[in-house]
Amino acid sequence: MAFTEEMVVEKKRWLTKTEFLEEWAVAQTMPGAPVMNLSIMIGSRHFGVNGALAGLTGVLILPLILVFILVGTFAYFGRDPHLVGALEGMGAVSAGLLIATGVKLIKPLRANPLGHPLCLLLGTACFSLIALAHYPLATVLLALGPLACGIVYWKFILISRGK
Amino acid sequence: MLSLSNWVDLLLHFSMLSLFSVGGPMGLIPDIHRYLITEHHWISNSQFTDSVVIAQASPGPNILFLALLGWNMALQTGNYGLALAGGMACLFAYVVPSSILFYFTANWVEKNKDSLLVKAFKAGMSPIVVALLIASGVVLATANGKGHDDWSLWAVVGLTVLIVVRTKIPMLLLLFIGGCIGALGVFS
Repeated sequence: MAFTEEMVVEKKRWLTKTEFLEEWAVAQTMPGAPVMNLSIMIGSRHFGVNGALAGLTGVLILPLILVFILVGTFAYFGRDPHLVGALEGMGAVSAGLLIATGVKLIKPLRANPLGHPLCLLLGTACFSLIALAHYPLATVLLALGPLACGIVYWKFILISRGK
Repeated sequence: MLSLSNWVDLLLHFSMLSLFSVGGPMGLIPDIHRYLITEHHWISNSQFTDSVVIAQASPGPNILFLALLGWNMALQTGNYGLALAGGMACLFAYVVPSSILFYFTANWVEKNKDSLLVKAFKAGMSPIVVALLIASGVVLATANGKGHDDWSLWAVVGLTVLIVVRTKIPMLLLLFIGGCIGALGVFS
């Protein structure tokens, strides 16, 4: 995830941060791994089915090789404490990468039609339900998603009537 | 050891789960655990846990743990070629159904990107998915560690966040450094 954001937004500049966030929202709410979905979306928009397949392959192949190497190393050396420690260290960095990507994506929320207080409220609610209360992701998405989208939709309607 | 018909059952099961895994596959772990271990005894508990931990620690999509489960189950034959095939088969069983569904969804969304509903959906979900990312990071940090009071673990997590947000140091390098720090026994 962190690598995808870095590549798509910061290096290749295929999407702006705001666009990335919006596409990510769609990718995250559909079945399947979000990173896979996102690569299908970007690939298919420009090159149809082939693009989707290329994106999907691209996002899977290197990590797949890496995990097979890791599992092979594990099988070969057994449950050596150094290896277990190395995995814990990598896990901690991976966790940090995820959080950092989330932090980087806070900025584009400034232009969100929900406004700052509501964004903060919804974000805090989502964070607490998942990280502190350990609710399943699907439940949280179902509870907060329709509420947030409903409010935005209602605001859009009000704006269009105001014109 | 799994028979051929076991494999067919298993792959069908993963394909079905694929369509129900909103928000990624980690929510499926309890169900897969129950199916593979409690019901069928196809894999040992430690193999299962190792697969999940390895997939989470590495930077790719977490669903790769399905490939590792398949690898472990097929490796019972003692043949590395079959193990690789088993791993790929499990991964494909999961990837294909949700990807086909999403391909059509993505096209639909692109076609209707100017409709109010699609715009409202994207804008409304944005703050939620941002919070979700941060929450996933916190959950991941506590998942295989010893919990909330392990200060050295949190120091690494916090430093990583700071470095990634503030500097341009390559993330793969950070991952490598994290692995080295862990190997030195900092977390034990």
